[in-house]
Order: sequence, then C-alpha cells, then structure tokens
Amino acid sequence: MTASAVAPSTVSAAEPLLEVEGLTVRFGEREAVNGIDLSLVPGQTLAVVGESGSGKSVTALSIMGLIPSAGGTVAGGAMRFETAAGARTDLATLPEPRMRRIRGAEIAMIFQEPMTALNPVFTIGNQIAETILEHRGGSARAARAEALELLHKVRLPDAEAMLGRYPHQLSGGMRQRVVIAMALSCRPRLLIADEPTTALDVTVQAQIMSLLMEIQAETGAAIILITHDMGLVAETADDVVVLYEGRKVEEGPVEDIFARPQHVYTKMLLDAVPRLGQFADAALPSRRPVTILDGGTARQVGETKVQDTVKNGAPILEVRDLVARFDVAHDLIGRPTHRVHAVEGINLTLQPGETLALVGESGSGKSTVGKAIQQLVRPTEGDIDFEGRTYGGMTAPERRRLKRDVHSIFQDPLASLNPRRTVGDSIAEPIHIHGLLKGSAAIRDRVRDLMALVGLLPEHHDLHPHQFSGGQRQRLCIARALAAEARLIVADEAVSALDVSIQAQIVQLLMRLQAERSLSYLFISHDMAVVEEMAHRVAVMYLGQIVEIGPRQAVIGSPRHPYTQRLLAAVPLPDPAHRTVRSSDASEVPSAMRRVGDPPERLRLTEVAPGHFVADA
Amino acid sequence: MSDLLISAPPEAERVKGPGVLRQLMTKPTSAVAIVILTVLVCFALFAPWIAPFDPSQASAGPRLGAPEAAHIFGTDLHGRDVFSRVVWGARYSLPVGAATLLLGLFAGGALGLALGYIGGRFDAVGARVVDVLLGFPAIVMAILAVSVLGVGLVQVVIAVAIADIPKFARVIRGATIVAKQNLFVESASAMGASTARIIVLHVLPTILPTVILLGTLNLGGAILSTATLSFLGLGVQPPTPEWGTMLSDGREYIRYAPWMMIAPGLALFLAIISVNLIGDRVSEIIDPRSQGRL
Amino acid sequence: MTYFLRRILALVPILVLTWSAVFFVFEAIPGDPVNLMLAGVPASEEVIANERARLGLDKPLMERYISFLGRAAVGDLGESFRTRAPVTEMILAQIGPTLQLAAAGLVVGLAMGLLLGVLAGLRPGTSLDTVCTFAALAGSSLPSFWTGMVLIYVFGSILGWVPIVGLGIDALILPAIVTGLFIAGDFARLVRSSIIDASRQDYIRTARAKGLPPIKVVGKHALRNALIPPVTMLGISLSNLIGGAVVTENVFARPGLGTMLVEGVLNKDMPLVQALVVYTTAAYLIINLLVDILYGLIDPRIRHARMAPR
Repeated sequence: MTASAVAPSTVSAAEPLLEVEGLTVRFGEREAVNGIDLSLVPGQTLAVVGESGSGKSVTALSIMGLIPSAGGTVAGGAMRFETAAGARTDLATLPEPRMRRIRGAEIAMIFQEPMTALNPVFTIGNQIAETILEHRGGSARAARAEALELLHKVRLPDAEAMLGRYPHQLSGGMRQRVVIAMALSCRPRLLIADEPTTALDVTVQAQIMSLLMEIQAETGAAIILITHDMGLVAETADDVVVLYEGRKVEEGPVEDIFARPQHVYTKMLLDAVPRLGQFADAALPSRRPVTILDGGTARQVGETKVQDTVKNGAPILEVRDLVARFDVAHDLIGRPTHRVHAVEGINLTLQPGETLALVGESGSGKSTVGKAIQQLVRPTEGDIDFEGRTYGGMTAPERRRLKRDVHSIFQDPLASLNPRRTVGDSIAEPIHIHGLLKGSAAIRDRVRDLMALVGLLPEHHDLHPHQFSGGQRQRLCIARALAAEARLIVADEAVSALDVSIQAQIVQLLMRLQAERSLSYLFISHDMAVVEEMAHRVAVMYLGQIVEIGPRQAVIGSPRHPYTQRLLAAVPLPDPAHRTVRSSDASEVPSAMRRVGDPPERLRLTEVAPGHFVADA
Repeated sequence: MSDLLISAPPEAERVKGPGVLRQLMTKPTSAVAIVILTVLVCFALFAPWIAPFDPSQASAGPRLGAPEAAHIFGTDLHGRDVFSRVVWGARYSLPVGAATLLLGLFAGGALGLALGYIGGRFDAVGARVVDVLLGFPAIVMAILAVSVLGVGLVQVVIAVAIADIPKFARVIRGATIVAKQNLFVESASAMGASTARIIVLHVLPTILPTVILLGTLNLGGAILSTATLSFLGLGVQPPTPEWGTMLSDGREYIRYAPWMMIAPGLALFLAIISVNLIGDRVSEIIDPRSQGRL
Repeated sequence: MTYFLRRILALVPILVLTWSAVFFVFEAIPGDPVNLMLAGVPASEEVIANERARLGLDKPLMERYISFLGRAAVGDLGESFRTRAPVTEMILAQIGPTLQLAAAGLVVGLAMGLLLGVLAGLRPGTSLDTVCTFAALAGSSLPSFWTGMVLIYVFGSILGWVPIVGLGIDALILPAIVTGLFIAGDFARLVRSSIIDASRQDYIRTARAKGLPPIKVVGKHALRNALIPPVTMLGISLSNLIGGAVVTENVFARPGLGTMLVEGVLNKDMPLVQALVVYTTAAYLIINLLVDILYGLIDPRIRHARMAPR
C-alpha cells in the first residue's frame, strides 16, 4: 500500500459498527479489491470514492455477502460487524443462512439503477412488505400498513395508491424512493448506497440525497456512500476513503481530503473536478492546465488561455421557431390522442468559434434540438439556417454537404464506432463518404495526422475500438469530426459518461481545437459545472422551451428564471465548507406528453440585460 | 500541439480464441456429433463405393429379409438392401435439407432486412403479416405449398423453404432493427453515408453472426421437414432412396419387417441431432452469453 | 381494458388479410377447378359450363373474392370435389379426434418441456443441466413419424400394452406422447434460457440483498418473470402442435383434420383444403388472442401500456 495517508476520523469516539481489514476479492484471476481497510461508527457517513474499476462497488457487495452470487470470491480479510444483539461477527466467514438474517435487516443496500432494481411484475407494496415479512414475520396486513408508513417516510406523494402500483408506472426518482423505503424497512444499522443518484437528474439527485441525510439523522444509521461524484462527497460525507485500482490510497475526514489531499491520485482527482462558480468573475471561458497521472507521477499539461474565439457577424447557425412533436398514443382507429411536445418553439443563433451550451434535465428536449440540426429528426414546424441557407430549401446534394459541415459527437463513443472496423477506417469514413481525398496513402496519412492532433498514437490506427479506453474513444470520435472538416460540432452529453479526470482532458481538447480551427460547438449537457467551464453562452431548456438564454456569466452568475435557479442550486459543490440544505420533497418535472388539442403555452422571452433573455413567469 | 498526448498504450490485443473447429472438439457431445456427421457426409460423397448393392436393385436378397451378414440392415419388400439404401439416402436427405435451408435463409433474410431497414408503415404491415404466417404450422404451410407446386424433390425444397421464410424474416428483421439502432449506424447516417454504404459496411457485418447462428440452428429442422413431407408422400417419390420415403415404405411392415424403418429413421435422427448439437455449440461460441454461466 | 379491446379489434383486419391471401393463393393454383372436379371423366361443354356457373366461376375475380370472404365468415365454403358433401360438415365431423389429440399432446409437451427447462435453468452449467439440455435437444431432433413407428412397434407389437388403432382414451397415449415430443424440446430450451436470463437481472440482486432465501429469490422473483417469454411463445407452440398432429394422425392412421388435409392435397380436393386452411387460421388467431390476454395478466407492463405498438 503506497502513500496511504491515515488521518483520525471525526467521529471515532464510539465503538466501530463495522471494521473491514485487508479485504481482498477475486473474480477469477483478477483481483478486484486488494487489501482494503475501513471502519465506521454508528451515525457516520463514509464516502468511498474512485473511478470506474477502482473496486468501490465490489467493496459494497462484499459487505453485503453478495460476492459469491456475483461470481467472485472473498479471498482474504475480515469484516467485523456489530449486530443489533451486540455480538461481533465476521461477515467474511459467516455461513450464508446466518448472513441472510443480517442482509436486508441490519445491513441494507440501495443500488444505482432504480429502473431495473425493482421486480417489474410485483406491486410496490408487495416488494416492500416482503422484506418485513421475511425478517420480522407478522401478518401480511401489518406488513402492508408498515409499508405504507415507509412510503410516507420517503415522502412519496399519494402513498396509499402507490402500494398497488407497479414499478413501470413510477419515474426514476420515485423508484429510488421505493428502493430506499425497502432498505429502511427493518431499520438497518448500516445503509450502503452504491451510486444512488447517478442515474437521476440533478434536481432529483438533490432531493434523494437530502432524504438520505434526514433519514440518517432520524434513525442514526451509518451510511457507506459509494460514488464518483466529489460534489456529493463534499456535501454529505463525514469521512472519505479514496480507492484506486483496487487499493486504498488515502483516507481521512472530508475537510482534510479536500483541503490537503496527500496522494497524487487524490490531488489529480480534485484538480479535475469542475467547480460551479469558479469562473464567476470572468466574462469568457478559459483553458487551463490539467493534471494527468503518468506512471505514478502527476504532470501538468496544457496552458492557461482565454477562449476569445467568437467571431461576430453572420451567425453560422440560426434556429427559428423550431417545433418537434411526436405522436405516442393512438385511439382504436389510429388517430393520435397524445403527443410528446419535445421541442416547442425554440430560437437560437450560434456564431463561428462560439460554444453554446444547451442545458436541461431528461425530457427537456435538448437532444431533439441537436438531432434536428443534424437532420436526424424532421422538425414539425420552424426552420434552421446554416450559413444563411435554409434546411427546408436545400437540394439533396446540399443536404449531404451539410452532413459534412455539421458533425456529431455522442455520449457513448464506443457505441458510435463500428466495433468490426479499425479505428483508422472509422476516422476515414467521412473522407470516403464525401470524397475529400484521393488515394489510400493520402487518406492514411491524413488519419495519422488527425490521431496525433487529438492526442492519440498514430500507429494505433489499425486497432479496434474495444482496445481503447473511454476517453481515447471519445478522442477518436473527435478525430472523425475533424476528418469531415466539420465547422459545427453537436456534442450531445459528449463528456458525461467519462471519469472526471478524463472529462477534464476532453474538455480542454475541445477548447484547444476550437481555438485552432474556429469550430462552433452546440454543447448539450445536463452538467452545469462542465458547461460553465467551456460555454460562451448558455440556454436553459425546460419542457421543450427555452426559459433563459444569455452569456454564461449572466445565466450562471445571476440566473433570473426560477427553474435555472433551482437547477443551479441542486448542483453539489465540491467544497465541504459550503454545504447547502435542500428540500427532500418529491417535486418532479412534469411530462412533455400532452393530449392532442391541448398544446403547452408558448413562453415569451424578455431581454433583462444585453443578450440575456428570460421567460416571463 | 500535442500537449495532451496520451502515452499509455491501448489495451493489449485481445487474445484470439482457438478456432471454431477446435472449440467444437473440446466438448464431448459436439465432438461426437462431428464424427457422426462426418460419417454421414462420407456416405453421401462416396455412396457408390460404400454401399455394397445398388440401392434400386430388386432381389438383392430375400423379400423382407431380416438383418444378416450380407444385409446388415435387412432387405425390403422388393428385396433391396436397406443398408445400401440408407447410405444412398444420405445423398438425397442431406443436400435437400441444406438446399432448403439456404433458399429459405436467403429469401427470409432479404425480406427481414428490407422490413427492418426500411421500417415505417412498410414494416408495420409486413411484420404483422410475418407474425401471422409464423403462427401458421410450418408443416401445414409446406403441405399447402406442395398443393400449389405439385409433388417432387425440387418442389419439396421450395415448399419447405417458403414455409420457413416467416421464421427467418422475423429473426433477421429483429437483428436488423437492433443493428440499425447502433449509434455507429446513426452517426454514419448523420455523416451523409448512402443507404448502400450503411447496409454493406455497417448493418450486414453486424447481423452476420445472427445469420450464421440461424443457419446452424435450423439445418436440422430443414432436414426434418423435408423428410416429413417425403414421409407423407408429398415430397421425394419412391423408389428414390430418401430416408423419409423409405420410412413411408416401412410403415406398412412395422410388424413383419421393423428393420425397414429402424435404420433409415436412426440415420435421420442421428443426422438431425448431430447438426443440432453442433449448432448449439456454435451458438455458445459465437454468443458466449448463452452459455449457462452466471 | 383498452388493451384487450384493442387486441380483439385487431383480429378483424388480420383475419380478412389472411383469408384474402388464402383466396388468391388458391386462385393461383394451376388447373381449372372443374377439370379437377371431374378428375378426367369426359364431359360435354354444356356440363362444364353449367358446373362453372354453379360454382360461380363465370363471375369476375373481385366478385368471387368478396363472395368468398362473406361465405368464409358464415362457414359456407362449398362442397368437396370427391364426396360432394359440404366441406364445413366434413370438418366438423372430424374435429373431435384432432382436438383430443392436440389437448393431450399439449399437456404432455408442456409438462415435459417445463420439467426439463426448469431443471436445466435453475442450475446452469451443472451435470443436471447438461443431461436435461441434451434430452431437450434429442427430443426436438426426433423425427416424430419415426418415434411414432418405433413406439407402435415396441408397445403395440412386441409388448402389446396399448391398442394402436381406435379412438379410446388408451389409444391416445402413444399419439399424445409423439405429439407432445414435437413441442417439448423447443419449449424446454426456451424455459431454460428465459430462467437464466431472469436470474441475471438487477432485481434478483435486490431480492438477494433483501435477505430472501434462494427458494424465494428463484421461485418468486425469477420464475414469474421467466414465464413471460414462454407464454408469449405458447401461440407458436400451439401451432407447432397442430403441425405435429397432422403427422401423428398420419402415422397412427387416426381420423382427423391432419389426415383429411394430406388426403385433400393428394386428391387435389381444393375446396376441402381451402376450408381447412381458412378455419385453421381463424382458430390460430383466436388462440393467439387468448395467449395475448394471458400475457397481459402475467406482465403488468403490457396491461398498462398506453402507448400503441410502434
């Protein structure tokens, strides 16, 4: 174990509830977790952080005794747990029948994917009552009454009716509340939350985290929070354990970790985290050096440079009164009865060299706007101009040419590269499609140049996508956009799926390329902190309409619309000194699906400051 | 310029697994199946040299003679040697089954690809029709096709192939829709790639494993269906030594000469089960998820 | 409720569509129906013309088509070329034995299929799985007409345990086994893969994390979900069963619709074959409707689906 900085815990006075010592877990030949120690006392919140593959979820499954059913073995170490009866038991060696009495009763778990964690064919009430009946017995009626109580406790509206509903009838946030209710049903002493909010929108995330904290205050349960989100850690944890490649590299009270990180990996991680509000006093975004880990040592790459790339004059893109509606339900003779109003009257302009961020939560219609610009969705009404030419008036060759000028980068780079073709072939695809170069040697040279340009080794051009890491694959997609000589890149959640350290590198790469080639970006994202880092202007979408649009300093620094304010307030700040108290009540964005003949009201935008427009309330 | 160059090499080249044939031989059941199938294919290829008698030579032995040294599977009503007829039968039953499969796979595959790729109303109607046809018993549909086409060897191939079209079309349609939903297909389309380019470079290679799988898993069924039609008297006609036809001959003499139906039936069963065992193993190799491991 | 109503209403256009297909396929059959009917017996021009008028063959195609649909709906599809009896009556007379055989085969087939599939799916990778999977594969590889003959030989001829011909319940045993085998193998494989698939889902991990014993994790959470694909495939199993019955009837020389169909094709008795097809499709569609309803009862997501299928 190298450079493991051990600091005393903030709440170490009490007897530990759980002590993990030298935990080692194997999946076949691979050691997923290697000698991890951790300990926590009742009422404590311990955050276990790390990037994908660091072993944090495996640690959680080990404590639950679920490693064998996941196909691995606990190869070594002890996990001493103090049961409610006061006995100390080693969970690592506990026989399965006895483990079963602890699992779900004294230690409960909340999983990442609320959409799939509940059984689709049983009612909510049935699934909650089941745990109660299993561990505490009693009558079915009593269990049902208790389930109702629990649904109130997780602040689900209309709890009585909820008991008889099926999971598919609930939104993701509501399902996660049900999962929490299920976990609470036997008043566990330890609650393990494995990325409990990763799949949820940021405003819902804020509600769920507040709920967990309130429940902890009420019941005194200890919480192990497994997450990759340093913002969540700063807001909720007492102590932090940092994992890297299956080993613990650092631990300590949350303030110390954030203020004085010791291990090089922790430093790099914290350096990469975008902090909302850190550029509040700058009118323009700015490039900055990022720390990368190169064989165990940290290295700073990149330069500090203001991103003054916007060229005023004729816009490259103009979206006028764009509307996109989809029929989703029909009556018996096939007439549409319900429509999703995905986009409802959007107006945007984008200058050459400018980054316009389109932010909003799931269902806001932001991706549909991007698809319409790429001609993947036909607008129901309205029109789009690219360099003064209107989409609607274009001939077929002009439309093809437009597909070269406007290129897209998606959230999942692996899926957007054909797994059966070499990455060189994939990068060369737009060159072939549009006949940009003649001769295979010229094309190969171009591909190699582009790979070098995005920070990849040119000699890797004949490998396949699965042989690259997530960040490298996104670089490949960027190289492909450059191969097309695109002038506008629609980046739809292009960095959302990446680990935070990689995310920072890709953002810097995109900004560098913008400066070098005067690229315009439509940057579609839900992540306010990333948006602040790279956007010149920000548009906030809510239910298919823009509620606020303006220069980034104005929208993020002094938001006027209540929804923008709510969205910004929900973002957890990676700073333990500034914790915000939020509401845990369930209030969710309504559906964009409406009855035919009942269209939503169009919002009117008013200019409150130069270039800063806000929808009338 | 290259300020963000990543020096870390990509993951090591994924170790290529051993060849499909080698993997087939590692499991005892599929290894035995390959041996059996090889023997039957040899029967088909070298029938004139393996069979001791001409398959249609009457009075090669006694009429309805029980198995003995000279006629190990006995003789039939006309005194023809059953073993020789079983050996020659491989020459008819196996290629007829294979031809049926290829024809059905090609026609059904083309239909499925068209439905899945074009989508929209064309697909909505087409898929519904395919679903309805699929529910129709394949053997009854083949019998109907025979009633239109007439009885005979070529006709039975076409009839069974037609009956199998819905099954293949449905699977290939599904695979095409999944392939089309791949982000790399959407991004090719967003880049301006032509339909032909998308189908040839992106869709076909993606559904190829499904096509191979579908073929190996349905060869046994194709052999069985064609033999069934021949058994019902609707396919290959006597005196051709086809297994189904031989079984049809043998049914009248179950009591007196059971060997007439035992040997060809066994040959048919062994051919089908070995093809199915190999198909099963191939599907495990191509799609490791179907291996029953958690 | 709209779900069920929608399913029932969807039946009408499909029925019309299939019956139209049947009509035009039979129109495409080479050979004049009157010649087929006369089967080579010489007849005068006048007789032929009269027959054509009686069968309505002198009318234009569209008129015959509309009349066909109408007659199909009320069960009047003409007379057999051979027996001159109304085909609907002939079919009604023979439907009993076929239904008996199909029902018995269904029970045998589902029982064998479920048993093998569940045993194999619960512990994948074990030797029990290997044995059950092999048995299922062997079952679907057996040519049913051959199995039938072997069973007749062993149990009928050598052992003499069961009667081979006849319509009694004991004469149904061997045919039911043969027909059941026709669907058991495929059904078992489907059940197995669907159980394995269900056991991999996230909600199974949740059930384990609740501290439920394995019997409840598998028996309640996995099995209920695992049953959904086999139920949706029940319609196809049933149609395979009808196909199996055709062959089985032939082997056991049982009277029934299958025997009737094969004889009809061999004798070129087109009205009979056409009527058999028309009513089999109708029966199949109704069966599928029942399966869909069953599916909706098992899977709440289907029942509540407000979205129309795309």
